[in-house]
Amino acid sequence: MNALTDAAVARLRDAAMWPELPADRYVDLRRIASGGMGTVYAARDTLLDRDVAIKVSNTALPMSGETRGHLDRRLADESKILASLEHPGIVPVHDAGTLTDGRTFYVMKLVNGHTLAEGVAHVPELSARLSIFDRIVETVSFAHAAGVVHRDIKPSNIMIGSFGEVLVLDWGVARIMPSGADATDIDQGFRLGTPGFSAPELQDGGAATAGPAADVFSLGTVLHGLVADAPRPKKLDAIINRCRSANPADRYPSADVLRDDLIRYHAGQSVSAYRDTVFDKAAAWLGRHKVLLSLIAAYLLMRVAFLLYQRTN
Amino acid sequence: MNKLVLGLLLGAVLGAFDGLTALFSGGPEVKAQIAGVVIGSTMKGLLVGIIAGWYATRVQSVAKGVMVGLIVAAIFAAAIAAIPQPDGTHYWLEIIIPGSIVGIIVGYATQKYGAVRRRA
Repeated sequence: MNALTDAAVARLRDAAMWPELPADRYVDLRRIASGGMGTVYAARDTLLDRDVAIKVSNTALPMSGETRGHLDRRLADESKILASLEHPGIVPVHDAGTLTDGRTFYVMKLVNGHTLAEGVAHVPELSARLSIFDRIVETVSFAHAAGVVHRDIKPSNIMIGSFGEVLVLDWGVARIMPSGADATDIDQGFRLGTPGFSAPELQDGGAATAGPAADVFSLGTVLHGLVADAPRPKKLDAIINRCRSANPADRYPSADVLRDDLIRYHAGQSVSAYRDTVFDKAAAWLGRHKVLLSLIAAYLLMRVAFLLYQRTN
Repeated sequence: MNKLVLGLLLGAVLGAFDGLTALFSGGPEVKAQIAGVVIGSTMKGLLVGIIAGWYATRVQSVAKGVMVGLIVAAIFAAAIAAIPQPDGTHYWLEIIIPGSIVGIIVGYATQKYGAVRRRA
């Protein structure tokens, strides 16, 4: 008897995991992405006549009851967190529920576009890339203000839509920050996030103590990747380095504080991550007033020209 | 500092400086009248500054502000240049061109700097 090929096994697994959604509403299901926690399908919502994305927990796979419960709870939490965050940079949730086999799912807006890496491939200008990053930070800042930490920010979780909108996706390991001393977390002890992008404290299993500074670390890594192939001003490097400090206390405490520094950076002002030298301050001042100074220089040059003209005649 | 005061001060300072440059560029007859030249130039700059500053409180447009500064300053400078020297000559270019640039500077500065005073 011939053994099953890997492709055949994958097809069988897909068939076993294929979600049984209400057929009178969601049709034309096709798998578009899969992760550790869930699988995302594109579908047509016949009731509202629009395309949607449906995320279904991966609990049809063989796993322990504890892990199954954990994943289902995570997906349910994710849908609630997304529903609580109404922001242009976060996909809206339309529906949520449980399949007949017990798996949890939720329905969200289907985003057409590119991942961050693909989207910036044709954007060489540093200023344009920073503008995209500003919008990422603004979205994460909004989440932090609402008490939510994403905990898995990375380029593949950021999408640039077909109209240039920037969306932060996959809030699967996001967490609502506890108030007071309640620091319990269903992910405590787990390694969260993605190596290379996640903060050291998340990689060390310290999920319960990881706060907004963990997202700041990931944002710094994303920013570093965005500007890696461009000559960077010292202040921008300092901002990246502060974001990526190993010690959370040395980072910006939240995306909002990072955002403030980015605003100051764009305005040519001092940033908290970098101590300006006298030359830096002078250069910044000259840069801010360059038009006025050019006009004054033009006036003085013209005066000297008149003087020389009169002397020679 | 509001835009009107900024225009007034900047216009007066630049006007005075513009008048003082006649010490280097003007002939002996101009040096003899330097006090009058500086006062006249200061008044010219002051008026341009007040008009540009007032305009900046009404219209927020750098291009329009610069044009107003340029035109007003050029008109005032032309009026001063039209006064003949004792030998009957006129310093047209020597007065109109620098005066106009001072107008551009004041027009630009009043648009970019200074606060717009708002009614409560």
